[in-house]
Amino acid sequence: MRDHSATVLDVANLKTVFNTRDGEVHAVNGVSFYLKPGELLGIVGESGSGKSVTMMSLLKLLPMPPAEIREGQIEFDGRDLRNVSDDDLRRIRGGEIGFVFQDPMTSLNPVFTVGFQLVEPLRLHMGLSKAEARKRAAELLELVGIPDAASRLKDYPHQFSGGMRQRVMIAIALACDPKVLIADEPTTALDVTIQAQILELVKELRQKLGMAIIWITHDLGVIAEIADRVAVMYAGQIVEHAEVKELFANPQHPYTRALLETLPRMGEARAARLPSIDGQPPNLDHAPTHCEFAPRCKHAFTRCRKENPKRFEVNPAHDVACFLAQSGGSTDA
Amino acid sequence: MLDAPKKPLVRVENLKMHFPIFRGVLKRQVGAVKAVDGISFDVFEGETLGLVGESGCGKSTVGRCVLRLYEVTGGSITIDGTDIATLSGADLRAKRPEMQMIFQDPQASLNPRMTVGSIISEPLDEHEHMTRDEKRAKVGELMDAVGLARRFADRYPHEFSGGQRQRIGIARALALNPKFIVCDEPIAALDVSIQAQVVNLLEDLQEKFGLTYLFISHDLSMVRHLATRVAVMYLGRLVELGDAETLYMAPRHPYTQALLSAVPNPDPAQAGHIERIILEGDVPSPANPPPGCTFSTRCPRAQAVCKQDSPAWREIGEGHFAACHFIE
Repeated sequence: MRDHSATVLDVANLKTVFNTRDGEVHAVNGVSFYLKPGELLGIVGESGSGKSVTMMSLLKLLPMPPAEIREGQIEFDGRDLRNVSDDDLRRIRGGEIGFVFQDPMTSLNPVFTVGFQLVEPLRLHMGLSKAEARKRAAELLELVGIPDAASRLKDYPHQFSGGMRQRVMIAIALACDPKVLIADEPTTALDVTIQAQILELVKELRQKLGMAIIWITHDLGVIAEIADRVAVMYAGQIVEHAEVKELFANPQHPYTRALLETLPRMGEARAARLPSIDGQPPNLDHAPTHCEFAPRCKHAFTRCRKENPKRFEVNPAHDVACFLAQSGGSTDA
Repeated sequence: MLDAPKKPLVRVENLKMHFPIFRGVLKRQVGAVKAVDGISFDVFEGETLGLVGESGCGKSTVGRCVLRLYEVTGGSITIDGTDIATLSGADLRAKRPEMQMIFQDPQASLNPRMTVGSIISEPLDEHEHMTRDEKRAKVGELMDAVGLARRFADRYPHEFSGGQRQRIGIARALALNPKFIVCDEPIAALDVSIQAQVVNLLEDLQEKFGLTYLFISHDLSMVRHLATRVAVMYLGRLVELGDAETLYMAPRHPYTQALLSAVPNPDPAQAGHIERIILEGDVPSPANPPPGCTFSTRCPRAQAVCKQDSPAWREIGEGHFAACHFIE
């Protein structure tokens, strides 16, 4: 099972709540996961399932208040991230943990050159001199496949295309050799041909640099392509977690199964009708008291409406939060 | 399914849409963005024609031109026997009920200050002479048809989720019993589990009302599911058009091949085994397209001739069209 000595990031029972005027929003409800050095963990879920908030909570990137981390342990490289000082946290952000955001159009500052934005973390976190930092910045742009890197340092973000901007974002996140890279829907805003370029780039960079990556997406196709392990999130909880091949071959949670079924496949004959998941995701105005997927679940039985299932181990590489899977298909509980 | 002789409901010929670029103090025209540069296709009655391409290739512009939401630069658009490219004023207005549109962003395409009932009945106010009761009955029918509860008619768009809002947009498009609906990325803003609901609804409605769709999307796997035939667009021109099955199984144009191979396959067991064509670089600017074949700057098979001559749009198999110098 879990070997704590070999993890670079270990999160246990994380709970994040937003205090809004209309009451509390329980965005993250007891999320636990770990990350080993060099592996790529994919996090899948629909919008509002809490995948981004989970990652932002790790580095306190959320405005607090309204956000509040209510419970949980976050251990990064032997340190407890919930109790480090603000100065230490600032060193970790962008230094030891890199972040790539979804929208390359808005996450670069339009009034500074790309070179300036790349040099900034290098000078701050690694204490390089101006000349060294510029040299390293050019290397980084080259690493992410931007042609004519040295001269493009002087360009502003608007002079780059969407795919190129995302490459710049990746270069910035990689600038200080992070141990962990968190990529929040990095290819969602891009076209498929550009997405394919970025996926190739990430595969290549992993081989070269060997950092651990958390890749957040709603696209199971992307996950199948690059992830080692996958966690599926629904309503602020991880409902299923497994190695990638195991998850696609042997999905246990009805939500995961439905997600896989709703995907039209390119290589197969056309289905008469797409299987769909009826209903809507829950609004998260209270902490979960029952299985949050039960109202949309075809297999829900009495226990699902009374109790919130805990994650249960199907085999050492696979766990799932579902009573049906736990009871082996019997619904008499 | 379509054994009867196919009759084109919509015929687009050599459609051009150039947006002028003005510069300087005198605002003189210095060039044009050739968003759509000479494309021709038919949409047969009762079918779904999928129009795919990357962002900025002009696919949405085609959708808007076909409904005459823009004044087109050249070419003709014949819908049910009438050329709407040159139609004016009252005649065009009389034609409008036959052709409708479903927009991408249900958040932006519904007026936040109008109730759902008034949004759906607005086309009726404009084009029909109905009493209030008739209108209410019609709105109720439409809401049933798209799977919205009638009691929601007095609510406002912000009270609905994305998928439900898209249903409101669909009900509005159906209000005037159109024959032809342009769906401009109707599922792009929705979550995966909701996308399937909306796609199924569109299919049900097509069967029930005998609708013809032009389905614009960048989601290639969804288009494969929904479309009868598929047209692929690149930088303002069509590069390939064919039967959905043929096009996906045996794409002929190098761009179509690259585009289809770039779609991630949701099956990790196959992940390493698929040959992927990675295109280099980005789409050129439509204000300054490359000479010759517009795809020649990224094409893995480009030769000298591609940089000089624009390839002709020709039939390469039965009902299968492409524009490339190197397809036999």
